[in-house]
Amino acid sequence: MTSLAEPVPRGTLRSVGRRSRDWLPAVAVFALGIVAWQWVIPDVFHVERFLLPRFSAVISAFWHERGTLWSAGWFTFKEALAGFALGCSLAFLVGLALSRWKRVGRALMPYAIAANAVPIIAFAPITNAWFGLLSPWSKIVIAAILCFLPVLVNTLRGLTSVDPESIELMRSYAASEISVYRRLRIPSSLPFVFTALKVACVLAMIGAVVGDYFGGSTEALGIQIQSSVSLSQFETAWAAILVASILGIAFYAIVAVAERLALSWHPSVRGTAE
Amino acid sequence: MSAETVVSIRNLSKTFGRAGVTALQDIELDIARGDFVSLIGPSGCGKSTLLRIVGDIIEPTSGDVTVNGKPARRARLDRDYGIVFQAPVLYDWRTVAKNIGLPLEMLGWDRARRQDRVGEMLHLVELESFADHHPWQLSGGMQQRVSIARALSFDPALLLMDEPFGALDEMTRERLNLELLRIWSETGSTVIFVTHSIQEAVFLSTRVAVMSARPGRITGIVDVDLPQPRTAQTREEPRFFELVTEVRERLHAVGADQVVEEATLT
Repeated sequence: MTSLAEPVPRGTLRSVGRRSRDWLPAVAVFALGIVAWQWVIPDVFHVERFLLPRFSAVISAFWHERGTLWSAGWFTFKEALAGFALGCSLAFLVGLALSRWKRVGRALMPYAIAANAVPIIAFAPITNAWFGLLSPWSKIVIAAILCFLPVLVNTLRGLTSVDPESIELMRSYAASEISVYRRLRIPSSLPFVFTALKVACVLAMIGAVVGDYFGGSTEALGIQIQSSVSLSQFETAWAAILVASILGIAFYAIVAVAERLALSWHPSVRGTAE
Repeated sequence: MSAETVVSIRNLSKTFGRAGVTALQDIELDIARGDFVSLIGPSGCGKSTLLRIVGDIIEPTSGDVTVNGKPARRARLDRDYGIVFQAPVLYDWRTVAKNIGLPLEMLGWDRARRQDRVGEMLHLVELESFADHHPWQLSGGMQQRVSIARALSFDPALLLMDEPFGALDEMTRERLNLELLRIWSETGSTVIFVTHSIQEAVFLSTRVAVMSARPGRITGIVDVDLPQPRTAQTREEPRFFELVTEVRERLHAVGADQVVEEATLT
């Protein structure tokens, strides 16, 4: 009886073997990309240095400027993280409120969806004006606004798309509203919420970096990129972009791991883990 | 009303929407303690609606339902109902044990008492070794047994079952029928059971309420005098077939037009 649903024991070695076969094509593409960047583009297509410096030149700039670049990256990452935390938690709370008071939700939702289609990054100069060019708050707020709408829309969808019989079950237990949220609506909304969080962490990095382009502290990564370009230090600019990319991917990975942990019960997570 | 009456339905009607589609009309039914009553009828006869009104999940347009001498709403607030739906309605993020313990949590039982009772329930439905599995790791029949264990865990006065085995294959269904009867005799619960299957209704019930559609009405009650406890052999007894025939004839007599209509549709 028990063997029916027991997890199938996996041959560790064989699964590593299969993994490497799965990963090999992606690694090959990466290597080809580096080769193209280093030799094919500058030597075959004669692309100029100011358009795209060689990979080795970027890596060398990355190494020489590592102190400045990483501290700038960390500065901007903190802004993105703060904006992410602020925007997402606010969106979650508003989502809770709108799912509870459906009339208000129905009145506001068309605007939320319309606002989701607005290029919010266009407001970056405005938040700079509101909170001061040099204040980290001008970047935190633009990152928070970028995160807010996708998380709100998905949270609301998750909280309200609970199957009616689950609600009837709770009703039969004379469950309080708080209990229905705690035991049913919030857990079943989490897959939706995490999907939005993965979008939001990318948007937060974009908001923080692009926010700098409209002016900001010299410690920030966006300013580093901008001033390197204006000084024709293209290698440094690309190295700074590399830092932004690494931080962005790391941010995404952290959220994805958190999702795995929080949704370990979810069939889809178990399914992809096998 | 006698002291032994658990459910008493008087003059109950339900209309839906402004157009006033009559789902149920003048329903009268008394159910005694320990009774196993099946509601059977064609699609659209309102049997699931009736079950949900008894459980105070939806409200009647007129009429009264009392459970243990209380209005249905009071009974729900007192947690007198255990409900089993056609779908198991288990929460994927909870293990089997925690799904069964859900109503106990809501009743504020402490952890030790909860664990004891969940253990008993797992034993009752013979799923002890699956306590820490998640619902989606179980077969459909096992999931429905978890759902039954959850409904019984807090010893409700009344068990409401809405086609609980309707989505299962015939073999699993017959096995769970026997299991349900065993559980019913062990717990002494009172059951209202909605089904499409005449055989299932006769096999399980002490009484079968036959319903007609448009408007939904109870058109007759068949007392099932098959001896207890019932076993797989019960299905082969002549009396079983007589009762099946009686229920079938009553269904046809009252809803012949609907049956024909459905037959021509398919």
